[in-house]
Amino acid sequence: MSTSPPSLDKAPEPGEPPVVLERPALTHGSLPRRAAPLALLLWTALGLALYLGADLNPVVAGLIAAVGYTVVICGWSRSVEGPRKAHDRLVTAIVTGAFLVALLPLVSVLGAVLSRGLERFDADFFNNSMRGVVGEGGGAHHALMGTLIVTGLAALISVPIGLLTAIYLVEYGRGALARYITFFVDVMTGIPSIVAGLFAYALFELFFGAGVRMGIMGSVALSVLMIPVVVRSTEEMLKLVPNELREASMALAVPKWRTVLKVVLPTALAGIATGVTLAIARVIGETAPLLVTVGITSSDNFNPFDDRMATLSVFSYNQYATPGIPPEPFLDRAWAAAFTLILVVMALNLLARLISRLFAPKTRA
Amino acid sequence: MRKTRARLAAIAAVSALALVTACSSDNESDNGNGAGGSSGGSEGGSDLSGTISGAGASSQAAAQQAWQAGFLAANPDTTVNYDPVGSGGGREQFIAGGTDFGGTDAALADDELATATERCTEVIEVPVYVSPIALAFNVEGVDELNLQPATIAGIFNQEITTWNDEAIAADNPDVELPDTAITPVNRSDASGTTENFVEYLLAVAPDAWPHEASDEWPVSGGEAAQGTSGVVQAVSGGDGTIGYADASQVGDLSTVNVGVGEEFVSYSPEAAANVLEVSERLEGRGEYDFAYELARDTTEAGTYPIVLVSYAMACATYDDAAKAELVKAYLSYVISEEGQAAAAEAAGSAPISDTLRQELQPAIDAIAAG
Amino acid sequence: MSSSTELRHPENQPPPPPGAPLFDKPVSRLGDKLFSSAATGAGVLILVILAGVAAFLVVEAWPALWADPEEVPGGDGIVLYIWPLLFGTLLAAFFALLIAAPLAVAIALFITHYAPRRLATALGYVIDLLAAVPSIIFGLWGLSELAPLTVEPTRWLEDNLGFIPLFEGPASTTGRTMLVASIVLAVMILPITTAVIREAFLQTPRLHEEASLALGATRWEMIRMSVLPFGRSSIIGGSMLGLGRALGETMAVAIVLSPSGGITFNMISNGNPSTIAANIALDFPESSGLDINILIASGLVLFAVTLLVNMAARAVINRRRDFSGAN
Repeated sequence: MSTSPPSLDKAPEPGEPPVVLERPALTHGSLPRRAAPLALLLWTALGLALYLGADLNPVVAGLIAAVGYTVVICGWSRSVEGPRKAHDRLVTAIVTGAFLVALLPLVSVLGAVLSRGLERFDADFFNNSMRGVVGEGGGAHHALMGTLIVTGLAALISVPIGLLTAIYLVEYGRGALARYITFFVDVMTGIPSIVAGLFAYALFELFFGAGVRMGIMGSVALSVLMIPVVVRSTEEMLKLVPNELREASMALAVPKWRTVLKVVLPTALAGIATGVTLAIARVIGETAPLLVTVGITSSDNFNPFDDRMATLSVFSYNQYATPGIPPEPFLDRAWAAAFTLILVVMALNLLARLISRLFAPKTRA
Repeated sequence: MRKTRARLAAIAAVSALALVTACSSDNESDNGNGAGGSSGGSEGGSDLSGTISGAGASSQAAAQQAWQAGFLAANPDTTVNYDPVGSGGGREQFIAGGTDFGGTDAALADDELATATERCTEVIEVPVYVSPIALAFNVEGVDELNLQPATIAGIFNQEITTWNDEAIAADNPDVELPDTAITPVNRSDASGTTENFVEYLLAVAPDAWPHEASDEWPVSGGEAAQGTSGVVQAVSGGDGTIGYADASQVGDLSTVNVGVGEEFVSYSPEAAANVLEVSERLEGRGEYDFAYELARDTTEAGTYPIVLVSYAMACATYDDAAKAELVKAYLSYVISEEGQAAAAEAAGSAPISDTLRQELQPAIDAIAAG
Repeated sequence: MSSSTELRHPENQPPPPPGAPLFDKPVSRLGDKLFSSAATGAGVLILVILAGVAAFLVVEAWPALWADPEEVPGGDGIVLYIWPLLFGTLLAAFFALLIAAPLAVAIALFITHYAPRRLATALGYVIDLLAAVPSIIFGLWGLSELAPLTVEPTRWLEDNLGFIPLFEGPASTTGRTMLVASIVLAVMILPITTAVIREAFLQTPRLHEEASLALGATRWEMIRMSVLPFGRSSIIGGSMLGLGRALGETMAVAIVLSPSGGITFNMISNGNPSTIAANIALDFPESSGLDINILIASGLVLFAVTLLVNMAARAVINRRRDFSGAN
């Protein structure tokens, strides 16, 4: 989409004698094509100059540049293009500005994780566990595996439940039950993560006695957190599938369950895949519930049904919270583990994109 | 078309997963004597094998990691887990039988001791980790500071609010004190460090310290930070700050010389370990229960009275003979000279003295299958 | 197997007997029954899980509710113990949402309707990634990068806007304030809120947008008239997801905030009320006995608060139901 509206008509020629009936202008005037970028450039330069030359606080300088640009472009547009266009330009400036402001902390977080995480991001980190390691060295192989196993199991539990529930809510649910479920799914999104962990612990304590620690307990705790996110995002996506598609399918006497499986789900697949990835991303970095259910160990343990396992988030937390001396290698490991977590999610994201590209029907040109 | 693609994708995903999960850590495939920094184990193979798990005080975490490494070097077929869940969780899990041994900053309470005895027939509780708690400060232009106990209490109770207060100046005639406001930094999480520090204040300056002993900081309005690292970060991040933290993590910050009797003592491992020498064992507990009533108001020269003493808990009898052997061997290593030296190097703790070791050894030797 | 065979009229259906009404009742198939009962079952399972969580909370909190006020930390009973925590939780989450919600809408709009397509995909990707950053990293980032940056501005706020209770001061010298905690929470909930809203904006019917532009609407008018109404329920839904996360966030707040005061609206001092979740994380490891019950009772309160918040949100969404595609 281009910003400048196509000019269909030329403005009345200046030399033309006035006609009896005054001809209304068919178009408004418009700013020159390069007006906005140029104004932006100018004000950015001014902001930079204020920051570098006048030693102004970078935040204040940025603010001055942003406000200056907005005022100039709006005023100019109002006088040339009229209030509606000016309003549009104002909103564009605000939206873009808000976006940039929001991006700052996010980029800063990523930058911090990247710069500090790369310190220990080497082969040793991925091939070694912490067994028998004092001070420097060691790695997070055990924790990486633990995270994959625990989160994988959590996804295995929550994706089917979440997906089916969303289908129920959108396609079948009428009446009180559906209302209750919708409501309580919302409530579930608000369960504090540590409470989910305590719940899973209490549940397993009933069967296995006090002090039990197992990987699967962590999966259950994470599922409690993950299910509502899967339901909510899937539900939103299913709702957005146009009713016409369902009606067309039903009109061809396709059974409802096949309509759902073959028409509704594929149409919403891209959104669902994103939703599930988001749900996994939401829980994969959880620390508190894993702390009380899975615990931590420094050795390999890949059996989720027996004893403590290491997970990246708890590993990272532990390295930060209980460092030895000197603390640097511990902190380096903590950041590297966080960086690894982000990479895992990146891989998941790619997978989700692949899935939606392979299976989703083309909905947009 | 679609189906084949789906199947291909599925196969790829599953095989990738299988590939990844199949391999174990490099340092574990060659029997575990991996990248360990300290190698203090005895020569020759050992026939010990198996896994024991413990949980408890996070203060011991770094030391436990060092002990595990040292123990592993000597007994490559064993696995020791230590989960730093905190002292409360450690005691609870140990009493309930969820762990084979435990770590705690505070000795078992009487009712806890009773239930633990039911599990264990006899509870073994030995001090394994002694760490001085340093008072770190960050005041521009001040590198050295002597403080009397009452002054310390006044500062942390927010009665003394500026650095050039007369009470501080009286003990530091040679120091030029600025008029910056004092920001006392305390732990925001419940911790053994807080409890030990508050107990110290209560014992030495009861008039200036009107609060009860508790593992939560009783004074509101100060700067609070999570964990030792949080306190250290807050102290070094602000100006005019002072906080209490495990001495090993204080780093470059200046620390207070604490008034003991007539002199001012700076923290050192030896001075901290001295506290156990001058303290009494708690009466009326089991034969192998070495819980101490710490003499925080000691006036003994060369003793640094603000210390954290963390205990290891174990049972005298275990159902499983192999487990009993393993716990016994592990704890013996922990209190051994090598073990204590390894902890001192990795976690900055104060090694226990030989006399104390000789007292403790019979308790650990008593561990057996039953 | 092509799906076109399925579209034919089922052959095994007997012809209707003469004289019978053409449609007596809907045809019920085994597949339909299985599928719908599986879906219903999943929904019911969620209710069961939630009931389990609630039961667990109530059972564990019960002893604390009837405990002797003397035994509760602070010595003033359970209500006065939890109230400052609740206050802190609401304060932090409220400001976090206040910061995050408009920004999330702006980001989503920018990505879907303003940015060039390629850039938009990349940006969406980066923001999705941030949802995965473990919360302790946000905590460490807030502590080491953000907090020091706020020291000077908060001092300025105290000097110039000190008459507003929010900026009463004295300004913290370390920056570990409620303000920073709120900003960190806002940053944390941005990715998930944005993602939900963005997906909904992307699903706005192309025809609506084009029709609106064809009628001469500017881009903003098009967004106001077709995109925003369509995405309204998602904006609320996404914000609620974010609010839920902000209310229950544990580690980041525990690391960033300096919780040592009672109830205060003061956002820039070092004496702040703690939050329920952070307080559980901070005190749980060293607690035993009644103290644990008390902490879980505070968790129960948090749970109840979320319930109320969601009730309100649901009421708002229901009023806007007409825009859903599947009603």
